[in-house]
Amino acid sequence: MLEIEPLPKEISDIQVEMEGYARGHGLDFFPTIFELIDADQLNAIAARGGFPVRYPHWRFGMEYESLSKGYSYGLQKIYEMVINNDPCYAYLMRSNGLIDQKLVIAHVYGHSDFFKNNFWFSKTNRKMMDGMANHGARIRRYMDEVGGEEVEEFIDAVSSIDDLIDIHSPFIKRREDRSRYSFEEKEKQETRPAKFPAKDYMDAFINPPGAIGTKKEDEEESPRQVPEHPEQDVMLFLLERAPLSAWQADVLAMLRDEAYYFAPQGQTKIMNEGWASYWHSTLMTRQGLAPGDLIHYCDHHSGTLAMSPAKLNPYKVGIELFRDIESRWNRGAFGQDYDDCDDRQERRDWDKQTGLGKEKIFEVRKVHNDLTFIDTFLTLDFVREHKMFRFGYNEHTEYYEIESREFPKVKQQLLTSLTNMGRPKIVVEEGNYRNRGELYLKHHYTGVELDLDYARDTLVNLEKLWQRPVHIETILEERAAVVSFDGDDQKIDWGEPVEVNGIDSLGLPNGGAS
Amino acid sequence: MTLKIERDQRRFQQIVRGKVRANLRKYISHGEMIGRKNKELVSIPVPQLDVPRFRFGDNGNGGVGQGEGEEGTPVGKGGQQRPGGQGEAGCDPGDGHLMEVDMTLEELADLLGDELELPRIEPKGNAQMTQEKAKYNSIRSTGPEALRHKKRTYLKALRRQISTGVYEPANPRVVPIKQDQQYRSWNTIDKPEVNAAVLYMMDVSGSMTDEQKQIVRTAAFWIDTWLSRQYDGIETRYIIHDAAAKEVDEQTFYHTRESGGTRISSAYKVCAQLFENELPPSDWNLYCFQFSDGDNWGEDNDQAFEILKEQILPHVNLYCYGQVESPYGSGEYLGHLEGRFGDRYEALITAELEDNDAIYDAIKTFLGTGR
Repeated sequence: MLEIEPLPKEISDIQVEMEGYARGHGLDFFPTIFELIDADQLNAIAARGGFPVRYPHWRFGMEYESLSKGYSYGLQKIYEMVINNDPCYAYLMRSNGLIDQKLVIAHVYGHSDFFKNNFWFSKTNRKMMDGMANHGARIRRYMDEVGGEEVEEFIDAVSSIDDLIDIHSPFIKRREDRSRYSFEEKEKQETRPAKFPAKDYMDAFINPPGAIGTKKEDEEESPRQVPEHPEQDVMLFLLERAPLSAWQADVLAMLRDEAYYFAPQGQTKIMNEGWASYWHSTLMTRQGLAPGDLIHYCDHHSGTLAMSPAKLNPYKVGIELFRDIESRWNRGAFGQDYDDCDDRQERRDWDKQTGLGKEKIFEVRKVHNDLTFIDTFLTLDFVREHKMFRFGYNEHTEYYEIESREFPKVKQQLLTSLTNMGRPKIVVEEGNYRNRGELYLKHHYTGVELDLDYARDTLVNLEKLWQRPVHIETILEERAAVVSFDGDDQKIDWGEPVEVNGIDSLGLPNGGAS
Repeated sequence: MTLKIERDQRRFQQIVRGKVRANLRKYISHGEMIGRKNKELVSIPVPQLDVPRFRFGDNGNGGVGQGEGEEGTPVGKGGQQRPGGQGEAGCDPGDGHLMEVDMTLEELADLLGDELELPRIEPKGNAQMTQEKAKYNSIRSTGPEALRHKKRTYLKALRRQISTGVYEPANPRVVPIKQDQQYRSWNTIDKPEVNAAVLYMMDVSGSMTDEQKQIVRTAAFWIDTWLSRQYDGIETRYIIHDAAAKEVDEQTFYHTRESGGTRISSAYKVCAQLFENELPPSDWNLYCFQFSDGDNWGEDNDQAFEILKEQILPHVNLYCYGQVESPYGSGEYLGHLEGRFGDRYEALITAELEDNDAIYDAIKTFLGTGR
């Protein structure tokens, strides 16, 4: 844990001030602890995904190097980090000016409120600060016991599949938990047909052995499909079925916990940043800002919300959508009457003085995630006003190019890239493929092909965990294909050409929120 | 604060070194991949050490952006890695897939030594020469204005103002007076003098093309890197020749192209003169590297071998002859040289460089003797 150094007076004064404003607007947050640290420490913490203590791994070192290089060349600067934890921890960079700190503190209260109230965060571990430190201690102990390189290699392999989780499983019970140490099956085997009561010496005659053992072997042992239904939580499947030693299972379980902890942040990037930006802007411009600080504030604020053509800025889209929702619900610009109205002028001037805006945005921040947020609230008017477009890959020029500004296409594309957090959906189809204990995964194709090089490298890591050949069924170059790795060789079995349609014609892939 | 990011960083750097080492053959044959940052640092492109995950490729991929532009306006290049961080909304084309790693020349030399199994060189003789050098590492209260140390001056002025009670925190003005002035100053230190000299000789007659010179240049980079690591400092000299020879600087060495014939003996003469006048073999570890396409005037060979035998081979740690294959050169000199001297001189080493890929083996041959 960090040694807590009291905040300088001028900053703790700002904190008290901003916290008061935030409460006044109805924000409901965890107690929030601010720490002032210098750029190098901030980079180190950011490299570890926001946690000061985690397990040792080289990729944190890689991240740190890239962050500190970017910082020292003046290319990037982290203003703040907030951790979803109770109490909520936030880090401020020491070298920032006071107005920056003020803005950042306001922003942090927005995040803290979001963490506490958004439904998708409701199942996350709120003591993750300790959780991460414990994971670190346990993994370091394994490193001492079995050797650093061996543990590292295992972590490398697990990290390769740490996005193969079922982000909805915290909320839906899809099947009974299966413990590695379950004794259930044994008990079942012991259930026998009822015996007739008999004295000891008569037992063999009254209950002849043949009659008791009537159940047929093949009936009992009928090979059940493993898994019974395709399973999206590949990490869990491996945890239950892969031949892992005790420390390996523990490491895998820890990394899976961390993956589930981080998942809601990936699911709510636009909303979370939008909400925090909405609040820093509201608190600063309504209350926090002295007239002389305006220019500085505007400079920072506009820097945060800058747009670039090939990257959607979640801060920008988020804050604008929240403002749009607030304004529409204030004006009553929603519902059947509004939707049926075709007159542009009338729509623009629509005002029924409903004044429901604030209530609505608090509701939205409670129940939505990015996918449903965009699906519900992204309107034609919004897409026009913010000049949003859809871009796609042009095989001939090898460039990404603007394809369309049509509303349905833009929205469809945005939803697609938010589905499953922008990751391919991959499930375990069979854990005993060809009856040889091989692992068979299936990629649910939604119009975008997998990157073959990466898929191959991932299979190599997956094979290390499963220790038997692994396969993935997908579509490559518009043909069905099964990519395999058996521990020595890579192989692709080509199938039939498939009709590949763009995502347009597929409708919402996999029911949207797959 | 128990931030042990250094451990992760060290481990990462270790892995990067491993990658560089594994790809060293490629870097050796493509010297242009290595960028010179300054005197001591080079930057090397290594493939991004990404954790592989199942992810989308370019084919069929797309995203949503914001801004101006017609249909068909490009927004980013394909075929490159997109940052795969969790929760990227949309996807962002661009972002290079190679990362630059900074490395000191010493580290690079050590990697080279490990990979090629080069023995460390034992310097011959015990010629220890030292040289006085000025190093700016102290402070004085007088000196030229150009050397004024502003920060120290202001610190001293601030200290004076606080101690005399002139300083007002509400109006923090610090005005240095003459007694506050601080200047940088130097000390002289004895530095061991360079004690190895490398002489490059190259045939610049018409038959050597730019392609051959590139090979020479790449080989020379690695030779310099290794020898610099073995000695405190090295002196590098360049000699070009066609029918006549002269000593030139590095720039001229690689960029001169003459049209005359070829007399290798002329370069040997310049080399021998250098030994006599500037680089006495008793004080220096001498290394000669000669690159040519193997063309020489037939009647010149005898004279060349004579000088080589009498005035060069007895004095040098190494005399290496690298024959670069050229569409115009005859490539005969190598045969004559080997025929004349055979294995009788330990210092004489030859190698053939038919293309870039041969540099790796040539360097191993040249430097593998540990002389």
